[in-house]
Amino acid sequence: MSIDIETARRVAKLARIRVEDNDLPALAGEFNDILGFIEQLSEVDIDGVEPMTSVTPQRLKRREDVVTDGGQQKAVLNNAPDAREGFFAVPKVVE
Amino acid sequence: MTDLNTLTIAAARDGLKKGDFTSAELTEACLTAIDAADALGAFVHKTPEKAMEQAKSADARGEGGALNGIPLGIKDLFCVRGVDSQAASRILEGFRPEYESTVTTKLWASGAVMLGKLNMDEFAMGSSNESSVYGDAVNPWKVDDRKLTPGGSSGGSATAVAADLCLGATGTDTGGSIRQPAAFTGITGLKPTYGRCSRFGIVAFASSLDQAGPMTKDVRDAAILLREMAGHDPLDSTSVDIAVPDFEAALTGDIKGKTIGLPKEYRVDGMPEEIDRLWSEGRQMLVDAGAKVVDVSLPHTKYALPTYYVIAPAEASSNLARYDGVRFGRRAVPDQGDGVTEMYEKTRAEGFGDEVKRRIMVGTYVLSAGFYDAYYNRARKVRTLIKRDFDEVFAQGVDAILTPTTPSAAFGLGEMAHADPVQMYLNDVFTVTVNLAGLPGISVPTGQGATGLPLGLQLIGRPFEEGDLLNVAYALERAAGFVAKPDRWW
Repeated sequence: MSIDIETARRVAKLARIRVEDNDLPALAGEFNDILGFIEQLSEVDIDGVEPMTSVTPQRLKRREDVVTDGGQQKAVLNNAPDAREGFFAVPKVVE
Repeated sequence: MTDLNTLTIAAARDGLKKGDFTSAELTEACLTAIDAADALGAFVHKTPEKAMEQAKSADARGEGGALNGIPLGIKDLFCVRGVDSQAASRILEGFRPEYESTVTTKLWASGAVMLGKLNMDEFAMGSSNESSVYGDAVNPWKVDDRKLTPGGSSGGSATAVAADLCLGATGTDTGGSIRQPAAFTGITGLKPTYGRCSRFGIVAFASSLDQAGPMTKDVRDAAILLREMAGHDPLDSTSVDIAVPDFEAALTGDIKGKTIGLPKEYRVDGMPEEIDRLWSEGRQMLVDAGAKVVDVSLPHTKYALPTYYVIAPAEASSNLARYDGVRFGRRAVPDQGDGVTEMYEKTRAEGFGDEVKRRIMVGTYVLSAGFYDAYYNRARKVRTLIKRDFDEVFAQGVDAILTPTTPSAAFGLGEMAHADPVQMYLNDVFTVTVNLAGLPGISVPTGQGATGLPLGLQLIGRPFEEGDLLNVAYALERAAGFVAKPDRWW
């Protein structure tokens, strides 16, 4: 599997990372190095093997379904690059 | 009197108890050493006022927790309330958490003193501390004109401990990020069993692999610090609800009758002779201490790195989706007419460094429609096989596994700049299996290579048996008698 420039562009778009056109060939090259390395996994016989979901054999703990925290609007907004009137502010979303 | 900052945690604890010195004096000694060591790039956010305040409280308390009055450095990955915590990334510039990680909460409750935040690779992605927005951390060890890497990602923690800027430090380890820098700087570094320490409040990289652990001047200190960091936390559903034993009490040094396995797959092509020799010497030390050494096989070892480089980027691409310039950190200045998508794309392009971007995009690719089964699911199945290899070795009665920590000694900063990314990944070839299998692993400084640089051996233990593992490490430490310190040039 080889990554071409169009695929690199599509992945960058999916990841929401702007990559300039003239940087795409180098990026595609790096993807190919890494994916070539990963390709070794195709040699492994994985018939009947379950994919790992948890490395420790424990069940997730449960707790009462009650509110444990909240009412911290100021703390939540304190680190926002742009907060106004109790909201996170972002550029226009809908045209 | 010795400079107080050079003490171990255990020695400082005893000295404080006897009243030989105060925590304020001890803390001042560290702060002075830190201010004289800016050339090492270890401390990136210093918190001297907080340190002195905590030290004076510790002195006033007298009797306190196990770490009462002990000054520590904290890796920048840990959120500390009100203190810059930016995972060495531009995208978290100015971020001051409104909450505290569980591990640091426990340390302060135990009486520890915070000296500041420590350098690291950006989002813990790297093996040389060269991907940090703060610039490189520099290894205090030097053999010629070159500046050497302290390793990564916990490079600042390793440098700070090795250069006696603090008594101990926290690190985190996703593929070797505690153990590799410990080996490169001649200190002890322990990655606990997955689930031993809470991950709450630690900036997430790859959640199924990340684990916090101690980086210290010796094995006893690792035992002391681990006990104070560990424990169940309702805020992390993967933290395990089992008792935290007194790990220090396990350090008898008696390993007679223990079985130590040497995995033949760790003898990799092109391994330098000095690493091979160190490994043989380590084997002999454990035999001399009364252990039985057996050859074991971990047949899927060669697939560990490629498995890691699917799973870790996949989890990272998901975890790092939160950095979008909306809720915290830095937002790119939008151009006229930019919508929210352009804002995200520009924010992430200028906020993340190259290695982080690369891993996010590789992760995005392996999780994308059409490739999920071929890459991600296949890697999770191989991970099952890697863990099964270890389960089978432990089922044969092996108590711990001995390997080199790294395939080389510390290399020069900048020397890997033109290598392809995979070359850098090979640093973690001996450590990454342990994260994939969720096991505890410790690097113990065991010798010096031909040029005089420190080298470490790794011991891998059974899950949740850190006490036993630390005891084997203690026996190895005593036999190796590594006491060398870097000559001060900074």
